[in-house]
Amino acid sequence: MAWMSWTLPTALFFIGIGVILIGMTAWQIASPCVERRGFLPLDTTRGDRLFIGLLSSAFIHLAFIALTDVNIAVATALCVIWMIILMRWG
Amino acid sequence: MQTKVENNKAWFLVLPVFIIVAFSAIIPLMTVVNYSVQDIFDQNTSYFVGVEWFKQVMLDSRLHDALIRQFIFSFTILLIEIPLGIGVALMMPTKGRSASLCLILVALPLLIPWNVVGTIWQIFGREDIGLFGAFMSFIGVDYNYASNPIDAWSTVVLMDVWHWTPLVALLCYSGLRAIPEMYYQAARIDRASRWAVFRYIQLPKLTSVLIIGVLLRFMDSFMIYTEPFVLTGGGPGSSTTFLSQALVQQAIGQFDLGPAAAFSLVYFLIILLVCWVFYTTIMNNQKDK
Repeated sequence: MAWMSWTLPTALFFIGIGVILIGMTAWQIASPCVERRGFLPLDTTRGDRLFIGLLSSAFIHLAFIALTDVNIAVATALCVIWMIILMRWG
Repeated sequence: MQTKVENNKAWFLVLPVFIIVAFSAIIPLMTVVNYSVQDIFDQNTSYFVGVEWFKQVMLDSRLHDALIRQFIFSFTILLIEIPLGIGVALMMPTKGRSASLCLILVALPLLIPWNVVGTIWQIFGREDIGLFGAFMSFIGVDYNYASNPIDAWSTVVLMDVWHWTPLVALLCYSGLRAIPEMYYQAARIDRASRWAVFRYIQLPKLTSVLIIGVLLRFMDSFMIYTEPFVLTGGGPGSSTTFLSQALVQQAIGQFDLGPAAAFSLVYFLIILLVCWVFYTTIMNNQKDK
């Protein structure tokens, strides 16, 4: 595993992604979701909203890095709020 | 009445593919993420730098230029290859030996390796020994892809159109062959014009193959490396340096693994975003119909 040059933050990041995927699978098995339309202009499933949330979070982080000198933790906190809004009302 | 039985054991059939994808894509991608936050000197010496490389990459004007060139290139070839591929497919014979012969001839460029395509066009475009270069010179056009950026661009675009339009044509041809004859019979009864048959029967029936065509061609053209590398080497100047070439220069030429990894991830996110937008838009349009 040394050749992969692991660091603690990247390990935590991938553990987080793994936990989310396992959690979503368990949630899907426990209560299968149906497509619905929220404030996004398209019908989405839970998985779609997760994908949109993760992708948009990546771009929010990139925008913060490129355009501001604010600590990246602020972007992460905003993204968590954004993910909650998207998953609930998206 | 027979009821549908759900059997989750079928997931095991997907396992081999998952293992292959894990080794060929997921693990390398995870390694790239690890590299992107470190300054790597050698296999045993690396320092955590946080998001510094991302900041450097996002503010690098060379990369901005390469990104703009890449988008212009991808949209140009899509605008040419998709209508041209549909046109070629519509003109191809449907039955008999001529259909088989046509299929083989159209598929030929797809069988040629990328570096060979670059070499073919490199020679083809030369004024002294290449047919195309000599022809341009004969008709009095001052054509030189090695020194003129416009010539270099048009040659790269022409090369890509020559190489990849057959893919779109073959996809559309298979889509056209799958349309049942009764649709055409109904159109003949209604005395539909050739355009109406195309607009209301053939084009809607081609939607799903066109989705695949557009996605494949976009992703492939967005990652283009070998052909322009062989043909122009990214020049003249950096006029045909696309994203992958800029990336390779950084990763292998300068051995800046950290910035190159950050660049790869930004590149990956852009491809993912554009493909998702394409796919969602097309699928939603289909659903609305």
